[in-house]
Amino acid sequence: MKYEIIVVGGGHAGCEACLAAARKGHKTLLVTGNIKNIADMPCNPSIGGSAKGIVVREIDALGGEMGINADKSQIQIKMLNCAKGPAVQALRAQGDKVTYPKEMLKTLRSQDNLDIKESLVEDLIVVDKKVKGVILEDGEKIESDAVILTTGTYLKADIMVGDSRRREGPHGERPSNFLSDKLKEYGFKIIRLKTGTPQRIDKNSIDYSKTKEELGDSVHRAFSFDRKPDYKIEDQVPCYLIYTTEETHKIIRENLNKSSMYGGLDDVTGVGPRYCPSIEDKIVRFSDKERHQLFLEPESKYYDDIYLQGFSTSMPHDIQEKMVHSLPGLENAKILKYAYAIEYDAIYPTQLKQSLETKVLENLFTAGQINGTSGYEEAACQGLIAGINASLKLEGKEPLILKRNEAYIGVLIDDLITKGVRDPYRLLTSRAEYRLLLRHDNADIRLREKGYEVGLINEERHNKFLDKLSKIDELTKLLKESRITPKQNEYIVSINSTPLKDGISLYELLKRPEINMDHINHFIDLDFDDEIKEQVYINIKYEGYIVKANKEAEKMVNLDNKMIPNDIDYDKIHNLASEAKQKLKEVMPTSIGQALRISGVNPADISILMIYLKKEYHYDRRNI
Amino acid sequence: MNDTIAAISTAMGVGAISIIRVSGENSIEIVNKITKRKILDKVDSHTITYDHIMDGEKIIDEVLISVMKSPKTFTVEDVVEINAHGGITTTNKILKTLLNNGCRLAEPGEFTKRAFLNGRIDLTQAEGIIDLINAKTEKSRKLAINQLDGKVSNLIKDLRNDIIQILANIEVNIDYPEYEDIEEMTNEKIKPMLNNVKNKMKKILNESENGKLLKEGIKTSIIGKPNVGKSSLLNRLLNEDKAIVTDIEGTTRDIVEGSIVLDGIILNMIDTAGIRDTKDVVESIGVKKSIELINKSDLVLFVLNNNDIITDKELEILELLKDKNYILVINKCDLESKLELPKDVKNIIRISALEDKGIDELKNFIKKIYNLENIETEDLTYLSNARSISLLEKAYGCIEEIEKGLDNNMPIDMVEIDIKNMWSILGEIIGETYQDELINQLFSQFCLGK
Repeated sequence: MKYEIIVVGGGHAGCEACLAAARKGHKTLLVTGNIKNIADMPCNPSIGGSAKGIVVREIDALGGEMGINADKSQIQIKMLNCAKGPAVQALRAQGDKVTYPKEMLKTLRSQDNLDIKESLVEDLIVVDKKVKGVILEDGEKIESDAVILTTGTYLKADIMVGDSRRREGPHGERPSNFLSDKLKEYGFKIIRLKTGTPQRIDKNSIDYSKTKEELGDSVHRAFSFDRKPDYKIEDQVPCYLIYTTEETHKIIRENLNKSSMYGGLDDVTGVGPRYCPSIEDKIVRFSDKERHQLFLEPESKYYDDIYLQGFSTSMPHDIQEKMVHSLPGLENAKILKYAYAIEYDAIYPTQLKQSLETKVLENLFTAGQINGTSGYEEAACQGLIAGINASLKLEGKEPLILKRNEAYIGVLIDDLITKGVRDPYRLLTSRAEYRLLLRHDNADIRLREKGYEVGLINEERHNKFLDKLSKIDELTKLLKESRITPKQNEYIVSINSTPLKDGISLYELLKRPEINMDHINHFIDLDFDDEIKEQVYINIKYEGYIVKANKEAEKMVNLDNKMIPNDIDYDKIHNLASEAKQKLKEVMPTSIGQALRISGVNPADISILMIYLKKEYHYDRRNI
Repeated sequence: MNDTIAAISTAMGVGAISIIRVSGENSIEIVNKITKRKILDKVDSHTITYDHIMDGEKIIDEVLISVMKSPKTFTVEDVVEINAHGGITTTNKILKTLLNNGCRLAEPGEFTKRAFLNGRIDLTQAEGIIDLINAKTEKSRKLAINQLDGKVSNLIKDLRNDIIQILANIEVNIDYPEYEDIEEMTNEKIKPMLNNVKNKMKKILNESENGKLLKEGIKTSIIGKPNVGKSSLLNRLLNEDKAIVTDIEGTTRDIVEGSIVLDGIILNMIDTAGIRDTKDVVESIGVKKSIELINKSDLVLFVLNNNDIITDKELEILELLKDKNYILVINKCDLESKLELPKDVKNIIRISALEDKGIDELKNFIKKIYNLENIETEDLTYLSNARSISLLEKAYGCIEEIEKGLDNNMPIDMVEIDIKNMWSILGEIIGETYQDELINQLFSQFCLGK
């Protein structure tokens, strides 16, 4: 049996990758260690959040599955940063850990061109630096034209609790013991990373009177642009907020040396994520902080586990018992699962191209935690891009590459392949230079056309999108053409705005800080959907800032369009500073813009590089 | 990389003239903007035009401007060269005006680089140019570091530190909105912090302005009607401090007659000719002449006679001095006082040049005006080069944008765009512009995690 594309691993990256490939008409196989764990959420029970929520929208705009699946399975959803500007608002949902995988599996099973096989992949078939398929643990060979590795934390996974280390993946699953060694043999640089997860508590053993309830929004929300929300607002499940106590801190400080990371184990090499420190890290690094915030998050409507967000640790079980019982409301809590740290192998991501194809082996793509990222959303978006680009490669087409001013996905991939990673990479809005352009509300406007072009958005969805665009134009035009005069001053004054001296268009009026769409509605009948009004409102209200951001972004795009030939030999550029040379050789940037983003490469090095390009490649400056 | 660049192409302070070269697609437009006649967009290519370079309404220098349109130029781009009259202050001022109007300061060797990249220079020369750029860049890196006195660079670092605290706090609010323990940054809370930053920046800018004066000299003129005691005052100032006065032909159009060093402060006396040759100045003081002098000077010593009544012309000049650094020197205080001054007149020093009285007070007053009383010459904190000052002014300009956003009640993440911009411009001054800096700050300042 031969496939066009094989996806290894059924996590969030793998699901998007195999769906994209199959939907694009390629015969696809998903190989996973345990079908029951497809689209599993081994850590926090939430999808979205700041920046990440926008990524889910981007996935949806491009024709991926995560947004739809999250909408189907959420048990609480809210918009974050509502009090701030539109650029930083993002959705966060509590996903049901039973429903989410179940719905995803349903989707995979009903997908044409997609087979699923339960097995572990331990090697690749490689001919002349080109991947030709996979070899399973039992020695079976399956051929394919392209392979996408989405192995998550399963490469040589070690679970660490206190002074114990066991070779296993989350839920005690079997890890892949040999694949990362094989990858090393093929020439990959392998790094070791670490992450962790907190305890799960029996929801019936918590005294909720000592907690603060956190509810979902009281209006309907959805990630997907296409699926109308069908949940009942009042059916949303609350989360709860508590704080650590003096006693908690005392227990941790007294037992610090028992934590795997603080002496319990002496062979921990994996680098843990900065944004996601264990509770012992927090107490050591922020010793003057009297308390730390924790969230109690229900994992599912179908079982009793409460996820204790903020309490990740690698303390031994007996200390964990004491720690948990020192928390308000959890004095008699029953721990269903203990917290653990997990160490795993990943490939250093500067070995990837922008398409997520590896530079080391042709037709091999990688996505998700194997690339050094962390988070379901980060994984899913890479899976989608890898699935699309593996398909495009087989179709003989140019890869889909998103720029930093087009999508958070573009920011993420560019960061990974340009800067590499030290610790597991998480998306933050602060990583995006042009965050005002990368908004929750305009993800479809940024990306839907691209989704249509690659073939993941069908005609119906596309037409709906085109209709939205024309409605936006229509409303914008209407506001520009509708004028009001000082005759309307009575109303203007009544809404605390400065009276008019001359006639102005409603477009101009809307620019005033105190004016909103409801006020505009007073003058003309706005028969448009909310999302149309919102789009026009944002475009007008923040026009000055948006123009500024676009101008900045244009500079970057110009530099990104100055391409560096891929056969360049940096050793031949004699005057290049050695640090710059080494970094350039490692990253092999495709453009001058990317080269400039490499830390350790400064503008003087770029000058020298450009002169070399001119000399060797007869580059005209207008072309590079 | 296609922006318009400018730099001084001649060695500073050497030679009778200096050339400021501008290259890039907007070079004609930008230079035209700062000329008096604004006709450069109409002149033929490869011609020389006589004009004045203006800073708003003020003339900076009388110049000859060569306009050379692409492609037959050194860089193959539109090139404009301004031939100025040399002199560090004037040349720098022209450059600064260009930078404020949209030029970027050229990197060392950048004109040559552009010439090469645009195919103007033969390929065989390439290696040599690379060496040149390399050497120059290395040198300029060191220079840039040396130019910035440690104290200034620390001040800028402090400023950036103040700003990054605000930024990191805003960022954390955005990226970790569920953290209720972390203070919520609001527009209201930003205002006092912003004011603090603004004041610090203003102070550096002021000191830079004063520092420059201190280093390069204060252009000083003595005006007053004939026989009021101008030359006696000059002579007193000279004798008093045994300053060296030489009739060197100045590097600018203003003829610096000589420098007087007063306790480390250099007074560059201008147009003393009119004072010395009192015999030739038979006509009474012309208001037009005074305006010219006042405009040219950083500091005006306006001498009045204590023993005479004030004339209408003198009152007119007093009016002109309002927005200027001036000292009203009332001479002949040994004689009977007949002078009656208008009530709102400030900066009065009474002297007697004849009896050598009040000269110390005058000196101290000059120091006071320039805020130099407590500053030791070597301890002064100021940015000396045009690039740094122009960047700091640009950063200062961001505050206006930020304030506009705050006034319009924009969401904090919008206001933050301009704060970030200010922060990175300040970073440019000291050569630190890493985006990662902010993320590192985020995680070291706040305790976050799952």
